[in-house]
Amino acid sequence: MKIWGYKRANGTVGIRNHIVILPTSVCASETAVKISSQVEGSVALPHQHGCCQVGEDYQQTLRTLIGLGSNPNVAAVLVVGLGCEGIRPEEVAAAIRQTGKPVEMITIQGVGGTLKTVAKGVEIAGRMVREASLLSREEVDLSELILGIECGGSDATSGIAANPAVGVTSDLLIAAGGTAMLSETTELIGAEHILARRAINPAVAEKLFEIVQRTEQRAFDMGVDIRGSQPTPGNIEGGVTTIEEKSLGCIYKAGSAPIQGVLEYGELPAGKGFYVMDTPGEDIDSITGMLAGGAQIIIFTTGRGTPTGSPVAPVIKVTGNSKTYENMIDNIDINAGKIIDQGISLKESGQEIFAEMLQVCNGKMTKAEVLKHREFGIFRIGPTF
Amino acid sequence: MKKALIAQHERDNVATALADLTSGEEVLMDLGEGTCVVRVSQAIAFGHKFALQAIAAGQDVVKYGEVIGVATAEIAQGEHVHVQNVASKRGRGDLAQPKKEV
Repeated sequence: MKIWGYKRANGTVGIRNHIVILPTSVCASETAVKISSQVEGSVALPHQHGCCQVGEDYQQTLRTLIGLGSNPNVAAVLVVGLGCEGIRPEEVAAAIRQTGKPVEMITIQGVGGTLKTVAKGVEIAGRMVREASLLSREEVDLSELILGIECGGSDATSGIAANPAVGVTSDLLIAAGGTAMLSETTELIGAEHILARRAINPAVAEKLFEIVQRTEQRAFDMGVDIRGSQPTPGNIEGGVTTIEEKSLGCIYKAGSAPIQGVLEYGELPAGKGFYVMDTPGEDIDSITGMLAGGAQIIIFTTGRGTPTGSPVAPVIKVTGNSKTYENMIDNIDINAGKIIDQGISLKESGQEIFAEMLQVCNGKMTKAEVLKHREFGIFRIGPTF
Repeated sequence: MKKALIAQHERDNVATALADLTSGEEVLMDLGEGTCVVRVSQAIAFGHKFALQAIAAGQDVVKYGEVIGVATAEIAQGEHVHVQNVASKRGRGDLAQPKKEV
């Protein structure tokens, strides 16, 4: 099976051709946004982090920024630093440069203030966009695709319609030699024993239990009942009672493929096939982690409806609730609610989603892309000092 | 009679409404290979659960063939099953002895 994508220098394939303006700290974020606002075809990744972080939390943010710049959907990167921040701009630029794509780096303190930095940034990014606009899509194998699977604003239809349908889609991609990632560790609590049976070896099963235990431990350490946040008020209103029930419904997105490995947040899979990545249940942080891990496309199921998109990859929105499809028609691409009210089969719905995925790979714009939904956030696991 | 409920597994002691149900309404449900008729004793909103049989306080609530929580009160057959009478067993950092199910 073939799709049309951009072949990058390191052999990976992008389905979009973005120029990314990547601030290494919150201090450089506004400047990155100003640069991008003047350059058609560029997208900034403003964030709240990049300084005064320590330990694993620091490493994770660093890994995520590098991973985002390295994503195959990104043709070239302009790294923008303040100059003095904890996440070193030159280190981020050098790491992304290893992919073979054009990378340049400027700092606000180095260039000398907002106005000059914006001018220089616009000049560099403008040149990058013009060069990238010469690139053409080529026919490539579907096995080059890494799909990130997400759910958000779940309700009772998620577990019975949208998620099982996406599970079918995932299985189709794996059968074609591709890769898919399940995420949101919080939403594995109560269902991890079922997933663990699919691990290709005991070490993978062990790692799965470990990431779930790590997440649950966070609630214990804080002395809180996780029901304060999971399930969410919307989940509850939609009929989901406990995190266990939510998780059991969530894991249907994972289809039936064997689990090759368990990835840290923003880690690249070692090979093809199905993986689980440790991300939080919060949608935007979760998607960001999978993009940093190389996912070129996201399929996102939602019972209640959400507009969430991403700056670097197309997000295909699927709902199992026909009322939500009608209510938020601006934001939802596929209605899997037909399974419930029209009796179409899971297989038919899964194939519809798969066909949409291929079209989006080849250039069809998702509703989130059209409305410029570029939600972006990096998962933090430590405080800022 | 409309078909409006779903139980995922024969071990389930709750079913999910696929339409808004009024109190006392009878509906047809798939159960394993066959079907059965059930009557709800309360209004059940689309997507919400009700008990297929009486569930004792402290008894596991089962959906998808798996434990989704524990009943915190006596639940009669046909009654709405949700946060008012079910508690999660996981992520309970509020409890003195946290339970870890592996």
